[in-house]
Amino acid sequence: MDKAEMLELYRQMVLIRLFEEKCEELYQKGKIGGFMHLYIGQEATGVGAVAARQPQDSLITGYRDHGIALAAGMSARTAMAEMLGRVTGCAKGKGGSMHLADINLKFWGGHAIVGAQIALAAGLAWADQFRQTAGCTLCFFGDGATNISYFHEALNLAAVWKLPVVFICENNKYGMWTPVEKVSAVTEIRRKASAYAIPSDSADGMDLLDVRAKTAAALAHCRAGNGPYFLEVHTYRYRGHSMGDQRPYRTQEEIRKWQAEDPIGKFEKVLLDSGIAPAEIDRVDDEVKAIMADAVQFAEASPVPDDSEIWTDIYVEN
Amino acid sequence: MAVLTIAKSIAQAIAEEMERDPSVVVLGEEVAAAGGTYGATSGLLDRFGEARVKDTPISEGIIVGAAVGAAMNGLRPVAEIMGINFAFLAMDMIVNHAAKVHSMFGGQFRCPLVVRTTSGGGRQLGATHSQTVEHLFAHFPGLKVVCPSTPADAKGLLKAAIRTDDPVMFVEQATMYSLRGEVPDDKDFLIPIGKSDVKRRGRHVTVVAYSNMVEISLKAATELAKDGIECEVIDLRSLRPLDLDPVFESFKQTNRAVVVEESWPTYGVGAEVATRLYEECFDYVDAPIQRVAQKEVPLPYAANLERAALPQVADVVRAVKAVL
Ligand SMILES: Cc1ncc(C[n+]2csc(CCOP(=O)(O)OP(=O)(O)O)c2C)c(N)n1
Ligand SMILES: [Mg+2]
Repeated sequence: MDKAEMLELYRQMVLIRLFEEKCEELYQKGKIGGFMHLYIGQEATGVGAVAARQPQDSLITGYRDHGIALAAGMSARTAMAEMLGRVTGCAKGKGGSMHLADINLKFWGGHAIVGAQIALAAGLAWADQFRQTAGCTLCFFGDGATNISYFHEALNLAAVWKLPVVFICENNKYGMWTPVEKVSAVTEIRRKASAYAIPSDSADGMDLLDVRAKTAAALAHCRAGNGPYFLEVHTYRYRGHSMGDQRPYRTQEEIRKWQAEDPIGKFEKVLLDSGIAPAEIDRVDDEVKAIMADAVQFAEASPVPDDSEIWTDIYVEN
Repeated sequence: MAVLTIAKSIAQAIAEEMERDPSVVVLGEEVAAAGGTYGATSGLLDRFGEARVKDTPISEGIIVGAAVGAAMNGLRPVAEIMGINFAFLAMDMIVNHAAKVHSMFGGQFRCPLVVRTTSGGGRQLGATHSQTVEHLFAHFPGLKVVCPSTPADAKGLLKAAIRTDDPVMFVEQATMYSLRGEVPDDKDFLIPIGKSDVKRRGRHVTVVAYSNMVEISLKAATELAKDGIECEVIDLRSLRPLDLDPVFESFKQTNRAVVVEESWPTYGVGAEVATRLYEECFDYVDAPIQRVAQKEVPLPYAANLERAALPQVADVVRAVKAVL
């Protein structure tokens, strides 16, 4: 990887981190509504996996979607405007935090029904297979989502139809406040893929380069017409399940242990070790701060949708 | 014009649309090699091949899920759910995804999907296999729900459903597949979705029905005509969009109405149509609007019990006489 690309991936992770810290602040001020789920701690998964995609590849995820949206290339302005319910948001203010999407980036959305995106991913991949676009689909979901029927139906269909989809389980160890081992008979989640004869691998979600390399290998498998691939990424969310989550279901010690492995700090070391000057890294940090200041300003200055917008986009043909 | 059964008219509609548009694909349980549980996809596999006519696992969630994803990404899937009672296993995909991906993402995505399924009782299949529940789907803005009552309507409406860029639940009636009727050969024979149809003219009572209840209402009308009672029978054809203009127009002449539905009356189509009549035509009401519907019980197996629970011609006749 050349220096420019490394700095770019670093930039994306920092952008996600600062974007979400800003979202936290705006949520606490009451400017963002609804449920909001932060990706902080998991940045290397989204950025690393998306970095491995080619332009024809599709992305789809759940409600914890800010990271994938920004890694996909959505501007901080457009994403922040959606958070604030503005007409300049990616969904014109109709989706909110859990439903970011941009068809032009082949980012097919955040989907807030647990596991639904796994079923939709099979369909996206089927359409690409049918139309021979050479596109594959990267489908992200949580550990908790592997217990829902969609997961099993989609993996089975993808295997039977040899669909070009990479199933990426972001195993952050909890579904809401429940640890994996309490609700999943199989705790090494990649083993679930073997029930459907889907080859699998696991990656260190705190290590961007590992995620990127494993995703690239998975995509190569799919693109060669071998059917789906399963990747379990071990990661951790530092914040609560969603905003306002203060429950005592895990220890401070556990959180600190993972934070010591922080994906951004870790990758910064990789940059320094590879000879990138600290000043260059600082420049990226400053650039991202400026992007965020601009994004918030843009979003706050943007108009809310006109009330008449409730009647638009319900049907294509009325 | 050829005389076809509803099953044949559906197969013909799908075949014509597949011929016209290479992005139309068919998927579902037993739709390909077996030609469909009710024969409505018969012949498609031979003609269009395995890539376009696909048998699926018995996985209702992923049948509709894959169809929604594929519809978003450029295909026009016609998915078959073997029976509407099994559509409950795909309910989330239909109401939370098919109905919402267009609006919730600000109009970026389209979902040109048809979910074909079979509704209704009357075949002694017991309570879980005999429900008439298309109106549940009609509750959701974002979906269209179409329920044909004749072979010609089935063809014209299904072709329109396949061509529209919105998700459509196309609800057939299990007891009607062998119903025969004239069907236009025209490859562009389309019936616009959201237009009710007057199936019989009459000036005394407005009878509103859809799907197989149209046939029952027409039989009742024939019987009542012997006593000089003329019913206007209006076929809603789609439950959403719901076109009540012809109903209002008729009611303003007759001042009396009966709504016939196969499902339970509580929260049903009759409740909706009657309320709208009271709202729009209050000054024209000469008698309380009557609903003919299923008894409020899970449908039993024994033939006599099933018959007693389902709306019959005699019930419609009685209701019409009650409003006169
Ligand atoms: C079908 C469904 N059931 C329940 C919920 C509520 N819910 C939202 S997120 C969540 C936990 C999911 O955990 P996981 O899949 O591990 O993802 P994570 O939040 O850890 O990223 C639950 C139960 C939902 N949105 N959808
Ligand atoms: Mg989790």
